[in-house]
Amino acid sequence: MNPPTLSLCLRFALLACLLPATAHAGQAHIAVASNFAAPMKKIAAQFEQATGHTLTLSTGATGKFYAQIKHGAPFDVFLAADAETPARLMREGDAVQSQTYAIGRLVLWSDRPGYIVGDDAVLRQNRFKRLAIANPKLAPYGAAAVEVLTQLKLIDAVQKKFVIGENIAQTYQFVASGNAELGFVALSQVIQDGRLAGGSVWVVPASFHTPIRQDAVLLKRGEHNDAARALFDYLKTPGTALTLIRSFGYER
Amino acid sequence: MTLTEYDISAITLTLQLAAVTTLLLMLIATPLAWWLTHTQTRWRAAVTALVALPLVLPPTVLGFYLLVLLGPRGIIGQWMQQLGLDTLPFTFGGLVVGSIIFSLPFAVQPITNAFAAIGARPIEVAATLRASQWDRFWSVAVPLARPGFITAAVLAFAHTVGEFGVVLMLGGNIPGETRVLSVAIYDHVEALEYTQAHLLSAGLVVFSFVVLLMLGRHSSQWQRVSA
Repeated sequence: MNPPTLSLCLRFALLACLLPATAHAGQAHIAVASNFAAPMKKIAAQFEQATGHTLTLSTGATGKFYAQIKHGAPFDVFLAADAETPARLMREGDAVQSQTYAIGRLVLWSDRPGYIVGDDAVLRQNRFKRLAIANPKLAPYGAAAVEVLTQLKLIDAVQKKFVIGENIAQTYQFVASGNAELGFVALSQVIQDGRLAGGSVWVVPASFHTPIRQDAVLLKRGEHNDAARALFDYLKTPGTALTLIRSFGYER
Repeated sequence: MTLTEYDISAITLTLQLAAVTTLLLMLIATPLAWWLTHTQTRWRAAVTALVALPLVLPPTVLGFYLLVLLGPRGIIGQWMQQLGLDTLPFTFGGLVVGSIIFSLPFAVQPITNAFAAIGARPIEVAATLRASQWDRFWSVAVPLARPGFITAAVLAFAHTVGEFGVVLMLGGNIPGETRVLSVAIYDHVEALEYTQAHLLSAGLVVFSFVVLLMLGRHSSQWQRVSA
């Protein structure tokens, strides 16, 4: 027997030893709001390694997931981009448990270095042509941006310059492609490993707007699913998941 | 259940966009179709494929590339800025450019087919009667290709009305400027305003059905007349 085959055999033997530990491994379908897709991929990998369960992730817009869940979509856990949609699913009996898994931070971001000097001066000077925000009707980050501008009494001055993204990902794209000089996006989109990835930023003080709470629900379909329940607990236990969530620019 | 100002502005804007797009498309597609029918170059196949590309590409791909190309850092955007013009994304003009590209095959293909169906004979006969090239085109080719033009215009108009991916990427959802019907419907669904979404969606289904029905009747009538 040559060495590669031998090592393959060893691996199978090892796997056989591990099997009993994962005998109860389950499977769950998770619907994830687009803005949390990147952290969730990492959390899922860690979770799968730690528990042996397997997760299937679908990412998309919160409102679309709501409509799909109401029409029998096969999801066990739903990580929404807001707190309202999960609350509604709880009220309507489509979900059995709810918790806040992350609190988003709003930033004013430009991909030009030095364009924003860490405060709202650039907004007051009002020399830009376009300001990108997420649709305030749909996206909590958009609603928070409008709140901030209203509180700064700048809303009337800058409203005509709005370009509106359907979600926070598209809003980011408008700024990143240079089509808008600046925009209100999520801190999680502009930091990498805890540092600003590029451009310039004003991290809007959390007191300037209602907290951007992102809630998760255990859906009725996942009520008796071990993998779904385990993930729901994993998200709230202090440890790796929480550290990861924070490293992506969310609070909790 | 009534239409709000929000919805009416989206409908008006959509009709304006479709009308302007169709008009410009006819001006672009007619010479292009004529050239495609009569050219002998080996580039013909490549140009035909290029024209058909929007049929198979996801609209979001088109929209994304247009956003990048027309934006202040794209080749076209930089060129426009050098000419002292505003960049196109987030403007009505930008949507017109996107819609023209998106609906190009729907206008070019029926006209090309109509020109090809005429064949060389009527044009040659006109030539022997000393009709100028211009005259041959306007007095012979265009009247004979009329059903092709009508199909092209109707399809281009209807296709622009139903456009979503390109405008979503390129538009920025500005009321009265870039918020068209399909984007308004998407917003209503996302905001769980299902009544408004149903109203607009059902309207669009009825509109599309009627357009296709009329187109079908028109072409069968024409076939009977010409047969």
